[in-house]
Amino acid sequence: MVAISKQVKSAKRLHKLTINPLLALQKLVKQSIVLLLFFVVWEIAPRIGLVDPAFFPAFSEVASAWWNMLLSNELFSHFSASITRSIAGFGLAIAIAIPLGLVIGWYPIARDLLNPILELFRNTAALALLPVFILLLGIGETSKIAIVFFACTWPILLNTIAAVRNVDPLLIKSARSMNISSFSLFYKVILPASIPTMFTGIRMAGTGAILVLIAAEMVGAKEGLGYFITYSQYNFMIPEMYAGILTISILGLIINYGLLALEKRLSRWKQDPTV
Amino acid sequence: MGEKIKVDRVTKTFVVRDSDQKGARKEFTAISNMEFSVKEGEFLTIVGPSGCGKSTLLDLLGGLSTPTKGRILLDGQEIKGPGLDRGTVFQQYALFPWKTARGNIEFGLEAKGIPKREWRAQSDHYLELVGLKSFADRYPHELSGGMKQRVAIARSLAFNPDVLLMDEPFAALDAQTRETLQSELLRIWEKTKKTIIFITHGIDEAVYLGQRVVILSANPGRIKKIVEIPLKHRLADADIRSNPEFVKARHQVWSLLHEDEYAGLYI
Repeated sequence: MVAISKQVKSAKRLHKLTINPLLALQKLVKQSIVLLLFFVVWEIAPRIGLVDPAFFPAFSEVASAWWNMLLSNELFSHFSASITRSIAGFGLAIAIAIPLGLVIGWYPIARDLLNPILELFRNTAALALLPVFILLLGIGETSKIAIVFFACTWPILLNTIAAVRNVDPLLIKSARSMNISSFSLFYKVILPASIPTMFTGIRMAGTGAILVLIAAEMVGAKEGLGYFITYSQYNFMIPEMYAGILTISILGLIINYGLLALEKRLSRWKQDPTV
Repeated sequence: MGEKIKVDRVTKTFVVRDSDQKGARKEFTAISNMEFSVKEGEFLTIVGPSGCGKSTLLDLLGGLSTPTKGRILLDGQEIKGPGLDRGTVFQQYALFPWKTARGNIEFGLEAKGIPKREWRAQSDHYLELVGLKSFADRYPHELSGGMKQRVAIARSLAFNPDVLLMDEPFAALDAQTRETLQSELLRIWEKTKKTIIFITHGIDEAVYLGQRVVILSANPGRIKKIVEIPLKHRLADADIRSNPEFVKARHQVWSLLHEDEYAGLYI
């Protein structure tokens, strides 16, 4: 009984992570100081002539260009064009690559058959295929969504396969000893056990989606953030160009944090390695 | 007491890679011609050196593999596969990390097809039995090793199997927690009247828990001897390990395990 109460206490201690306001402030400062410094340098460098302000305008100029574009709705139309394409391609990749990966991971025969071709596709840079996509699908939405889909598929597919293959055999043994059906085993053990590794792939795909989309938009598009950046460069709208780049960073951050939040929700049970 | 389990001249061989010849395969005998039976409600411990086929035997009893020769009977019926008439507790707990303590226990209830509205009361009952009622909503990573094993025991008991198979369940725990769990297991056994087959490395553990101890020898695994442990009222004596009866039984098992001239091979 003494041992139990000892265990109770230690487990309680584990959960007693009280939030100290001073510590929280300290953490905030620590996390934002380098970022702030970066913006300060960006502001000062062009003003004191360290870089040519014509090509590298101060941060305040970029920010005001960004604000004006936001008010004129110009930014929103490009932003929504990009986000629609990336979400469409990304969503399609999730919808197809996860079920496919589960099946390939589960059946050794599928794995053996498909592995060589998967390796080949995975190592084909998506952007190298951009001309092919444009030739086949034109320069409309389809080719852009298709290339995002292509780029997102591989990390999701390969991580899903790896996730299924690396489920702790003891968990499978334990579930099998309870005489559950193959379907239950898959649905109640393999699937939840695979989620963390699957999410690594999904997050990689999220980053890839933006990267590939912007490049595709720079080459052939009539709207979208990638198009906007090259367009403003050609027309020497330098502050606007930087504002476009900044918007892409924000888009990337939103997607990444969104996925992180979803991952946290789905794998609440996992031990946070940073604690 | 009737006969619950009969291990009837069981041999289990595997095909393994031959270390002497590259690419060649050879047959490896994990268990050879093993024969013993377990009485209804008995607590049987099995002790033996590494390589005596303990885990193989447990897999066979669990129905996760089938004997190469011989058969295993449970209530007179040959074991053909896994079933909820047997519950297994593994050394590494094997809890589902995405489920809470309660969720893990309810996994077994669900497997048995018990209606959902009864889960709560049942899981409460078994959490209480292992002393973890206030930890129902903790995930495994939030529990200590001893607590995890309590959950695993509760999970196996919850679907109410006749036989509890335990594969070195306390081997990964520290000495103090182990002793606590050993006496709790005895208490649970007395309360639930389950037939328990408990595999262990530890001589003390085997003698303390088992009404009979099966001593195995290795390479291939076979039964060396089955020893009756005449201890009564183990829970009444707080320091039963100092009891002369215990010491005598312990020495007997120790001697049997060490009398081989190959003793040096067993680590």
